[in-house]
Amino acid sequence: MSQKFTRRDFSKLFIAGAAGSTLGVFGGATPLLANQKRVVVIGGGFGGASAAKYIRKLDSSISVTLVEPAATFYTCPFSNWVMGGLKEINDIAQTYDVLKSAYGVEVIHDEAVEIDAANHSVKLKGGKELKYDRLVASPGIDFNYDAIEGYSEAAANSQMPHGYKAGPQTELLTKQLQEMKDGDNVVICPPGNPFRCPPGPYERASLIANYLKKNKPGSKVIILDAKEKFSKQGLFTKGWKKLYPGLIDWRAGSAGGKVTAVDPSAMTVQTSSGAVKGGVVNVIPPQRAGKIAAEAGLTDASGWCPVNPITFESTIHPGIHVIGDACIAGAMPKSGFAASSQGKVTAASIVRLLQGKVPAPPSLVNTCYSLVGPGYGISVAAVYKLTSDGIVSIKGAGGLTPMDADDDQLSEEATYARGWYNNVAQDIWG
Amino acid sequence: MVKKITSWLSVGLISAAALSGCNANTPGGQETTPQGTAEEVDPRGQILALSCASCHGTDGKSVGIMPGFYGKSASYLKNALMEFKNDGRYSTVMGRHAKGYTDEEITLIAEYFGGLSQQNSK
Repeated sequence: MSQKFTRRDFSKLFIAGAAGSTLGVFGGATPLLANQKRVVVIGGGFGGASAAKYIRKLDSSISVTLVEPAATFYTCPFSNWVMGGLKEINDIAQTYDVLKSAYGVEVIHDEAVEIDAANHSVKLKGGKELKYDRLVASPGIDFNYDAIEGYSEAAANSQMPHGYKAGPQTELLTKQLQEMKDGDNVVICPPGNPFRCPPGPYERASLIANYLKKNKPGSKVIILDAKEKFSKQGLFTKGWKKLYPGLIDWRAGSAGGKVTAVDPSAMTVQTSSGAVKGGVVNVIPPQRAGKIAAEAGLTDASGWCPVNPITFESTIHPGIHVIGDACIAGAMPKSGFAASSQGKVTAASIVRLLQGKVPAPPSLVNTCYSLVGPGYGISVAAVYKLTSDGIVSIKGAGGLTPMDADDDQLSEEATYARGWYNNVAQDIWG
Repeated sequence: MVKKITSWLSVGLISAAALSGCNANTPGGQETTPQGTAEEVDPRGQILALSCASCHGTDGKSVGIMPGFYGKSASYLKNALMEFKNDGRYSTVMGRHAKGYTDEEITLIAEYFGGLSQQNSK
């Protein structure tokens, strides 16, 4: 970014833009079929539900239809707590009742199967067709099972769950852990970057180790990582040493961690350093934008969706905003919190655009807590702004829990992690 | 470099222009507020402030251990945020957040939430 380019200049650009827009290109107008502006949102997760709620909150004259197959959404955040026995699956269940009753969002429990970008319409599996003025696509992730020889969706649903979409596989992993023989090992295989929730696999290892320590003292956790380093690594490693000495064996990609194939029936994982057998094997495959994004042509060669960082409008198909894990959002990680932040910025932008006004410059945040143990929390935070390099995190702000944080601070972070969940869930679904 | 941002902006603007144009053509459609008129809510303050709700609840009405701040005045909120920013107040994560905002942005955030509480208490 140019040193001469200040935020004041940035605001000027927006003002200049506002003046420019009155000269507008009216010829390109898409005719509306009804007086009321209509927004359709695909996906009721952190991104989609936030966008739906906040569009209605900021301008109740806009109609919002949320398309989400599941009546109950299980959050990935805190699903590791369920596996570790600290929460029940019902504790991470969210519904759409408040969005419907208090915010007037129309919720359709169906699956979006086709987006017609040219005609501004979405087809649902049940046969319904929805027209929109603006579409928000928050489809989350899809798994690239083919990247790992021997792995498949069927294997993920039975022997080797990924547990990276919360719900049935969260429960399956929990059950497998409970039924595992003491002395068997838990093998976790995280993918390379980028992937959903970068600290997720390591919080999972922590809370499984916490469970094993109490319930299966002869077992340990082996992490076979595709990467050379991972999120919050220093903090996790320090916590593991303190709470679970010798219980978590992390192997970097170059040190035998790289998984080349799996054999679900034998419960083995092949690496460059030989086969590793597990009592529980949690394979987290590489990911890409949710299926509908790829089918609608919203993805680029990377498998993710390029967007305009001011409005999160697709740079491929105008009128479609892609948010959450599926989009390419510069320095922002693929986290539920980031998706919600993007959902709110997109909501504010869409409201402005539908009112014929210029969107405000985006301001985004991320705050992610990880639990290393029940009373031992760590966090990473960042504030993001737009520069000519796209969305960047603001230097001097954000960052990690200090490495020298004392027990009181770590305990406070664990308490705030619980508060984080209550409020982020309230702000999205409540 | 400025060119790139202008191009991002123009993408949104073309759509905005298209929509406002089409709005004018829609019989019975709501009239758009003319640009440049004073607005009740500063859109910059709004977009900055929406971030806060993720940890402190919608409109600052917290349901968790994080302090709620709905009903607090703009001056109270500005003072608190400035203290977090300048390490004048202990926190686990708030200091890390507050440092991400200019003093002007902190004022905008404080005014947004201050105004919100005032508006609803009328």
